[in-house]
Amino acid sequence: MTTEGRTVLAEFHPPGPSSFELPPIFTIAGVEFTKPMVLVILSGFIVVGLTYAFARRAAVVPGRMQFAGEYAYNFVRNNIARDNIGSEHYMKYVPYLFALFMFILVNNYYGVIPFIQFPSFARIGFVVALAAITWVVYNTVGIAKHGFVGYLKHETVPGGIKGPILLLLVPLEFFSNILIRPITLTLRLFGNMFAGHLLLILFATGGAYLLLDSGNALYGVVGVLSFVLGIAVSFLELLVMFLQAYVFTLLTAMYIGEAIADEH
Amino acid sequence: MDITQLAAEEAHNPVLPVWSEVILGLIVFGIVLFLVAKLVVPNFEKAYAERTAAIEGGMKEAAQAQEEAKAALEQYNAQLAEARHEAARIREEAREQGAQITAELRTQAQDEAQRIVSAAHQQIEAERAQAVQSLRREVGQLSTELASRIVGESLEDEARQRRTVERFIVDLEGSSNGSAN
Repeated sequence: MTTEGRTVLAEFHPPGPSSFELPPIFTIAGVEFTKPMVLVILSGFIVVGLTYAFARRAAVVPGRMQFAGEYAYNFVRNNIARDNIGSEHYMKYVPYLFALFMFILVNNYYGVIPFIQFPSFARIGFVVALAAITWVVYNTVGIAKHGFVGYLKHETVPGGIKGPILLLLVPLEFFSNILIRPITLTLRLFGNMFAGHLLLILFATGGAYLLLDSGNALYGVVGVLSFVLGIAVSFLELLVMFLQAYVFTLLTAMYIGEAIADEH
Repeated sequence: MDITQLAAEEAHNPVLPVWSEVILGLIVFGIVLFLVAKLVVPNFEKAYAERTAAIEGGMKEAAQAQEEAKAALEQYNAQLAEARHEAARIREEAREQGAQITAELRTQAQDEAQRIVSAAHQQIEAERAQAVQSLRREVGQLSTELASRIVGESLEDEARQRRTVERFIVDLEGSSNGSAN
């Protein structure tokens, strides 16, 4: 940005996909560990440590910690698992769903925690891993229940429909229920985290640039506005981070529930 | 940020996963899942089960206590009713006994009165007979004396004297009987 002879103090680089490509912090056995990788490993300790601290006492009359933990656990156990899988089989999937929910929640909230400020699931690789596990789980339990052919029929043939229309419907259902689901799961979570973080960077770095480096007092006013908006978007992000963890877990429970359902 | 580095980084499409991240994600989440399933969920479920048991146990205990209280109340009521019944029975019995005793006493008194009356009758009868006896004798003597005085002769013949007297008395009795009848 140059204006008639006056050199601008610094050039503004708008944030883009490159903002998510962080240099490796250290290397172990040829594997380069970046900030999100370290954060994911840390999230493992946080999730296990936190939930274990919640559940450790297992008292009949819960303390404050246990009550908070039970609130989260109940939410996943009853509202997500039991309501979508059915009260007969849901207990088997509660550990997976609870771990999944807490894991996504912690990794998402990294995005608003000061000094961390990077939602690790803005890196698609981690989300692919979780979506792949969900895909394997719901297909495996479906095949275990109905048999391979029975499961494919269960997932691809809509109930009560006969005749040549099936030629159209079966490939569509197969496509949407078997192939597309892991991709949409991945993209939904990744996209929200990626876009949210991009927005926050934009408001923060943009605001900083306008305020400090643009050399124009009027730009500075807009810079302040940019910071205010950044704060507002942060609160929006708090909601989105929770919702995405909830949606991912909820859809996983729904897919499992559908796979092991007796009839359509 | 230098241009070559920027270009190299921008070559990577953010939608394409980096495989080291996928593998790391699988490993970390696998460990998290294992530990949560082994350590956390069983503890939560244990707490739930214990809480359910405690609540159900408390409720059962309360129900039992209520049952016992009810049974005790019923027992007391039954005992009270029995006692009332017993009291009524005893009262009735006492009344009956009283009536019986009164009746017995009345009979006894009547008998006694009867006995006294009849004894009195007998005595009167005996006294009357005695009086008749002595009167008869005295009347004989008197009439004899009277007769001897009137006649002016001593009726020495005892037998004859007696016969006369007997005849006189029979006549006397006959006339008195006749007048009485």
